[in-house]
Amino acid sequence: MGELLQTLIQRPNFIVFAILFLWGIYIMTAHPNLVKKLIGLYIVQTSVIFFLVAFSAKEGATVPILLTDTASVDALNYANPLPHALTVTAIVVQIATLGVSLALVSAIYRKFGSLDEDEILEQLK
Amino acid sequence: MTFELPLLILLVVTAAGAIMVKDLISAVFILGSYSFALALVWALLGAVDVAFVEAVVGAGLATVFFLLTLFGTNEKDTHIRRPPVPWTAIVGLPILGLLLLYGAGDLPAFGDANSPASIHISPFYLENSLEQTATPNVVTAVLMDYRSFDTFIETIVIFTAGIACALILRKGDS
Repeated sequence: MGELLQTLIQRPNFIVFAILFLWGIYIMTAHPNLVKKLIGLYIVQTSVIFFLVAFSAKEGATVPILLTDTASVDALNYANPLPHALTVTAIVVQIATLGVSLALVSAIYRKFGSLDEDEILEQLK
Repeated sequence: MTFELPLLILLVVTAAGAIMVKDLISAVFILGSYSFALALVWALLGAVDVAFVEAVVGAGLATVFFLLTLFGTNEKDTHIRRPPVPWTAIVGLPILGLLLLYGAGDLPAFGDANSPASIHISPFYLENSLEQTATPNVVTAVLMDYRSFDTFIETIVIFTAGIACALILRKGDS
């Protein structure tokens, strides 16, 4: 138990990721308002990207933009560029899904006149 | 590293604000500030490209999308009484949290240059991209040269999302 606590204290990024991820999922399942559910979804998505980007950091390394014109580059001096390239793609896909789900929310509001899950279920009965 | 802890606390506080505030417009603006805090953390971790994209797309475009939806719908969270917490959340979330904590011990240490993610193929890109693509920014080289088809086909994702939005929001259908 003490060992686990120590590993967690050394990884504040992971604690923040776990808090945001679980809280976002809780809001997605428990909150009745549809826009609040999407805010929870956004927080879950960004927390996962945050978790991936934290892997790319290296102690004492700089941003992955090469400083020299010569061909020899020491990889230890630059952060790992691959998680950055993958997460840039993921952020754009995240916005695409968010846009479609917001369009669905406004279509639901147009039909039922409410953003509240319970009222919509009431009308569906 | 000295700035990192306050920024992480700011991240959790702004996320809590976005979740807890009743007025939805305020919640959306707080979510925008959460995105900016996230972009700051990423810039601090060395992920400048991700920070740019998050500041522009996450804080800018997502806030605009949320606001456009809210202007067409109800701006208040009308639910007054607290709903009962579903039992799936009561049972599932602690299990998920315990699994996450259990897996934390196997993760590489933060900032470890010899973590598995950083030793397999990523040094190849750092060492050879300038010679092969003549681009100093390695993230650009990976996105636009080595994985250019992936980036190109991603425009289809955006196109599909735009078509879906247009079809959903089409007026006058029965």
